[in-house]
Amino acid sequence: MPLALVDCNNFYVSCERVFNPKLEGVPVVVLSNNDGCVVSRSNEVKALGLKMAEPWFKVEKLAKQHGIIALSSNYALYGDLSARVMSILSTFTTRQEIYSIDECFLDLDGFDPQSLIAYGQTIRKTIKRNIGIPVCIGIADTKTLAKLANYCAKKQLAGENSVCDFGQLNEMQMSELFSGITAAEVWGVGPRINQKLRAMGIKTIEDLRTATPDKIRNQFSVVLERTINELNGFPCIELEDAETPRQQIMVSRSFGSSVTALEDLIESVAYFATRAAENLRQDGSVAASVCVYIRTSPFKETNQQYQQSKVVPLIRPTDDTMKLVGAALQGLKAIYRSGFYYKKSGVLLLGLQAKETLQATLFDDPASLAKSARLMSTMDAINQKMGAGSLTLAASGIQHRWAMRRENKSPNYTTNWDELPIVK
Amino acid sequence: MLLSFYLSLVMSLTIQPPIIMRPEMGNPSIRRPLFSHKVAAGFPSPADDYIEGWLNLDEYLVPHHEATFFVRAKGNSMVGAGIFDGNLLVVDKSLIPSSGSIVIAVIDGELTVKRFLKDNDKIILKAENARFKNIELKEGQELKVWGVVTATVRKFV
Repeated sequence: MPLALVDCNNFYVSCERVFNPKLEGVPVVVLSNNDGCVVSRSNEVKALGLKMAEPWFKVEKLAKQHGIIALSSNYALYGDLSARVMSILSTFTTRQEIYSIDECFLDLDGFDPQSLIAYGQTIRKTIKRNIGIPVCIGIADTKTLAKLANYCAKKQLAGENSVCDFGQLNEMQMSELFSGITAAEVWGVGPRINQKLRAMGIKTIEDLRTATPDKIRNQFSVVLERTINELNGFPCIELEDAETPRQQIMVSRSFGSSVTALEDLIESVAYFATRAAENLRQDGSVAASVCVYIRTSPFKETNQQYQQSKVVPLIRPTDDTMKLVGAALQGLKAIYRSGFYYKKSGVLLLGLQAKETLQATLFDDPASLAKSARLMSTMDAINQKMGAGSLTLAASGIQHRWAMRRENKSPNYTTNWDELPIVK
Repeated sequence: MLLSFYLSLVMSLTIQPPIIMRPEMGNPSIRRPLFSHKVAAGFPSPADDYIEGWLNLDEYLVPHHEATFFVRAKGNSMVGAGIFDGNLLVVDKSLIPSSGSIVIAVIDGELTVKRFLKDNDKIILKAENARFKNIELKEGQELKVWGVVTATVRKFV
């Protein structure tokens, strides 16, 4: 069963380029929240040898030397363009698995195997014209191989015009291709596994593909054995087209500048818990416990380090912002220690289940539960209409001294009437 | 959302005069028959069988949702085509321009709105205002068309 992996090239940078053609052909990076790390690089930047996830302050000087343009991340824009890309891709197949913001598997079962490259080209051209985002496409019989085919298309190791179909290669060509690629490029082979493999003399994908399954099973988990089967063309990882509800909801950010006071941490934790609660209600779920964590900056090695987290169970699973914020703050007060420069806090909602499957307990007060539900849906409706964060608990504060640094963010070109692209 | 507004829609491909249309109110996402009388009490409206649903402005202006973007016009280079300073333009990136289309093109890294004219191999980007110069593409120069303008939206209130 052939399937395709469609992967957007340098997605965040490409999104920025759609609305700002001046960025075309020049080195561009997009930085993570708080302008912390490099999270997307243009080809020009990759050619300069700048690595992914590099902390910005470490490479800022080099970047200036080469005239690299650094943009703060604009997730409103990336999210909108991603949804458009995925929606167009869905018209090319009956089954689609959206794997990440910029990657998507398409089921190509039933198509003429000889026509897949041409079909891939049509997909690529459509996305490029209709949205303006360049993509690479890898086609193969398993997800692991499709990922590799995509890698080969991107690196121009096989296929042409950014589309690579392993179905068009014979056994000898595959061996030759795989002998030239390190096993670290295989989906699911992390640095640690790769190191262990190298010690066993398994260096290339070809080495891994032809390794004895027993030997692998003894040394590694069944997961790697599955990967080897996939590399040999036996599908072991299913296409997951049904959207599974989230198992946990996490909202965390690092701060624009460090904070020391409990009050500032309270604000940030209340704010994150509020956002998490909104996401929770959107899913129609309730949470059984709240985990809160705080930490200092691991990059400021001279400062004293501290990090701690605490899980606060709830008496009754809930989606009520006030109860969730209350629990998060209770946890925060338990772990807060004065005298540290805190750089990040986060709230994690755990034990999620569908609200309608929640069982009633002896101590429930139906009247207050109904009141809470009404209050929350009113709050959500107001925030929907007036903009996120319009109505919020006083605990989340107004000044937000800890707020994110986003010094060079592009306009919200597609989601705000006041920030539309200008044409002359 | 559009209640109490009058709104003129100038379809891009007609130069002048602009066609003025009456707006529709309300914003249901799909066109469907509506039956207003669900309960057995009272008399059913004789119009029930004939109600066809509301007209949806979004559906009218944006047939290709994924490929459509809104941009804001600045300046007076296209007043002859009914595009005024500050107007909202509806741009469909999925369309291929033909001679006479109003397009958003990339010139010197900037997005610009002009009329696209093609005569054999010669391509001209024409401003619809005598005070502006046309942009003529020289040989070997590649024109990047960002999208085709399908409508302008102008609000008066």
